[in-house]
Amino acid sequence: MPAWTSGNIIRPASARGRLSERAIAALKAALFVAALLPLARLAVAAFFNPEWLGPNPAEFITRATGDWALRFLMITLAITPLRRISGWNALLRFRRMLGLFCFFYVLVHVSSYVSFDQVFDVGEIVKDIGKRPFITVGFTSLVLLTPLAATSTNAMIRRLGARRWQSLHRLVYLIAPLAVLHFWWMVKRDITQPAIYALILAVLLGYRLRIRVLSSRTRPAPARA
Amino acid sequence: MLIRRPGDIRPSEITARGVYLRRREFMKASGALALGAAVMVSRSAEAQNGQKLTGVAKSSYSTNEKPNSFKDISGYNNYYEFGTDKDDPVEYAKRLKVRPWTVAVEGEVRKPRSFSVEELLKFPLEERIYRLRCVEAWSMVIPWVGFEFNRIAKLVEPTGNAKFVEFVTAYQPENMPGVRLPVLDWPYVEGLRIDEALHPLTILAVGLYDEVLPNQNGAPVRLVVPWKYGFKSGKSIVKIRFVEKQPRTAWEKAAPQEYGFYSNVNPNVDHPRWSQKREKRLPAFFANRETVLFNGYGDQVARLYAGMDLRKYY
Repeated sequence: MPAWTSGNIIRPASARGRLSERAIAALKAALFVAALLPLARLAVAAFFNPEWLGPNPAEFITRATGDWALRFLMITLAITPLRRISGWNALLRFRRMLGLFCFFYVLVHVSSYVSFDQVFDVGEIVKDIGKRPFITVGFTSLVLLTPLAATSTNAMIRRLGARRWQSLHRLVYLIAPLAVLHFWWMVKRDITQPAIYALILAVLLGYRLRIRVLSSRTRPAPARA
Repeated sequence: MLIRRPGDIRPSEITARGVYLRRREFMKASGALALGAAVMVSRSAEAQNGQKLTGVAKSSYSTNEKPNSFKDISGYNNYYEFGTDKDDPVEYAKRLKVRPWTVAVEGEVRKPRSFSVEELLKFPLEERIYRLRCVEAWSMVIPWVGFEFNRIAKLVEPTGNAKFVEFVTAYQPENMPGVRLPVLDWPYVEGLRIDEALHPLTILAVGLYDEVLPNQNGAPVRLVVPWKYGFKSGKSIVKIRFVEKQPRTAWEKAAPQEYGFYSNVNPNVDHPRWSQKREKRLPAFFANRETVLFNGYGDQVARLYAGMDLRKYY
């Protein structure tokens, strides 16, 4: 039995929880398939049983893919705290894929808006971005997220250098609040759902802030979030 | 009063042929692949043992556009007292207690009185097939069954002070999961100017597709004002007050810059968060038609707003 499946959750962030490369590859493949399931479900419904998506399938698809983009964003941001708390360093190996799936669902979400809602009317889309704060914020987070996805390969990390690459990828700390704000401003009245995302995000970012504050007190060296 | 026949626009004149044809393909595919249907959790939007309404007369105010299916009309609803998702009302509105039910009519009237739902069902009922345009830019065609609101007014005799009518809707906290959150200032209140309320297009609906209203559509009695955005047509009405001052409505209180008192369907006045230029006639993937001023009922109602700046009084 691999060490990470045993009961003890709290471990020092040492070299514990090592997985074989084969196990990691298998888990990655499983994660890849699992992450496609929400889209597969929508596609199957759209083509074979549109009734299941209700009378307004475009709205259903836009909302569902937006939800999944936010979920993948939260899961991606949860990797660092989980790794530190559990000591399962192998978790880091899945972070890139999770982040890319967030971007993937963002793209489907945006395509749904561009095609179903705006029927590719570029003029209307530009007007919308300028005029409606929730679209402005959503568009901004898309623009900021794109370079992160584009620099996700090992080659790009090498080209940029680890330090510059990491500074660039800290943009996610701006993107995530913007994405939640996009949801918050979109809902008409009932803010329960965006408030839940805001709370999760606050915990995930608060954790990093706490680590940073604690480590700056104990040692002078800069902490890595 | 001169009432003209509605200036109807055929769906075929508006829906792009390609879009229309594609929808058919989707429907065919869905029929052919029952397997897919079997795996999916089906949405239960069945009638709740709908009591049939008989002796319903046709009306020349009805549109000849094809009505939406009973399933769509009763499965895709905004009824925030039961939750803010479109499929919440069909699931939770079963709990709404609709009997016994009385509607109190009071205020600036000579003969205040109340009506039991049984009395309301005895009014001569008409089928009114109306377009319904939601402020969220989708629309349906709905075969309501009801009677003109002005029949109520005739019985209670409004005084000269009655300038507006306020409609107060049901508040049953024990049966309405949505009212636990302060989403709106409950109970939901709507209002009309008196001439709008007395207009022959304004009806109190008690049925849908020849059955009593399903709960999620506003049982047992609701307002329907077809030239205004859907939220103006309050559901499950318990009190009607004739008043002198313009009532403060629930959405106006919640977001005055987004939902004005008049809220007439108007392609030229955008909702601050989305355009009203086009609309999506459900079921459809795409916004498939242009929004029409007063939801296409301009011939009948435009005169009510002669000389008014509709941008200011949105």
